[in-house]
Amino acid sequence: MTHMICGQQHIHAASTGHVERAIDANMVRTDGADEGCVTFVLHEEDHTLGNSLRYMIMKSLSRVVCFYSQDVEFCGYSITHPSESKINFRIQTRDGVAASEPLRSGLNNLTEVCKHVLHTFEARMQAFRDKEEPMS
Amino acid sequence: LETLSSTSKMAAPMSNVDEIRDRVILGEFGVRNVHTTDYPGNYPGYDDTWDLEKFKKNFRIDIVNSDENMLEFDMIGIDAAIANAFRRILLAEVPTMAIEKVFVYNNTSIIQDEILAHRLGLVPIKADPRLFEYRNPEDQEGTEIDTIQLQLKVKCTRNPRAPKDSSDPKELYLNHMVYSGDIKWLPIGNQADVFADAKIGPVHGDILLAQLRPGQELDIVMHCVKGIGKDHAKFSPVATASYRLLPEITLLQTIEGEQAERLKRCFSPGVIEIQNVNGRKVAKVVNSRLDTCSREVLRHDDLKSLVKLGRVRDHFIFSVESTGILPADVLVTEAINVLISKCQKFLTELDAAEMD
Repeated sequence: MTHMICGQQHIHAASTGHVERAIDANMVRTDGADEGCVTFVLHEEDHTLGNSLRYMIMKSLSRVVCFYSQDVEFCGYSITHPSESKINFRIQTRDGVAASEPLRSGLNNLTEVCKHVLHTFEARMQAFRDKEEPMS
Repeated sequence: LETLSSTSKMAAPMSNVDEIRDRVILGEFGVRNVHTTDYPGNYPGYDDTWDLEKFKKNFRIDIVNSDENMLEFDMIGIDAAIANAFRRILLAEVPTMAIEKVFVYNNTSIIQDEILAHRLGLVPIKADPRLFEYRNPEDQEGTEIDTIQLQLKVKCTRNPRAPKDSSDPKELYLNHMVYSGDIKWLPIGNQADVFADAKIGPVHGDILLAQLRPGQELDIVMHCVKGIGKDHAKFSPVATASYRLLPEITLLQTIEGEQAERLKRCFSPGVIEIQNVNGRKVAKVVNSRLDTCSREVLRHDDLKSLVKLGRVRDHFIFSVESTGILPADVLVTEAINVLISKCQKFLTELDAAEMD
């Protein structure tokens, strides 16, 4: 699947021990004690949300304003099996940032983008219809 | 609607970096430079971090064409991941009402029950899906808030007034063709009041469902439920929804005379125009939007080095055709709302998880 690695190539080795918490639509697997490397299992999702969310998270703002340093070190998703309707969404962060933080900001950014697209589209449709009125 | 780069006869060449960032290159043996690369940190000197204000400034929507069921519009300044999400949602996740359960009381036609039921499921039903709920999985009967009941009752008889020795079925038989227009709505509960002015039934009345001969009849009751295209394609609200990227044709040199004529023939009509400059016929790109990007020009050895073909990476020309259930612009609005609700769903899940 598409993996976009931002900045330097730096793969965390998987540490010992998994912690699995089952939450309704969401299953979280963390590597050992590091809250920064998390694979989220999103149920009933596919490329529609996976790809757009991956894009928003990779474009995210860095808290550390420094050349080549971003919050998110790795973000990617994969569809485990085409018959199963779920995706594995992996986020690896730098500097001990909790992985749920870029996920949350990615979701918020995606919502803002959609709302802006919606407003723009509705405004343009209205303008288009107003322009057509006198002609009909 | 002309793009800025194709109005000039010989556009100033884009810097290499800009080209990699903003253009998809159509080469002779393949398409290059397809993936989005403008993530923060990839290009030194460019600030690519997400900025909502910068996005709002660059983003534009232009409506090109709109009628009852067909909408063509441009979305400029957005990434392919999100544009594709909208396209996928339009195809598979905007809900509609469609026939799901078919109760066959009598079917003596030669169309088998299951074939007829399959055909009935594919008939688009004109009912606003936003006014209905999803049916509970355990519920067998269906209530007035989640079900629409329809009936199809047709009996074919011999026409007593047919002229003798006629062989035309239209004259010999009555009701020998069963159309979707024969489907009647049976209101349940308070639907007669709630949908008093809405004509609930098939969108088109001229879909041929079955053919009968005298003595054969159909007596069928159908239940429509709300569903999404992911579950079954009959629930898809669009005939199709697609997008393409805006093509860009750059002439690297002045092309004159007979070469210009051949160049013009390599592209779709209306893309290249021959103009008279100082008595010579010169080719000019007037409307690259019309091009279908067949790359025919790259098959001619003398022309292929004179032209650069590409696509603008963030300019999407959407084309949405509705089946008639909802107008095309309403469908786009609903699709965007579906994506927003997906994000909200996971945000609340995250918040609930944080609580533990």
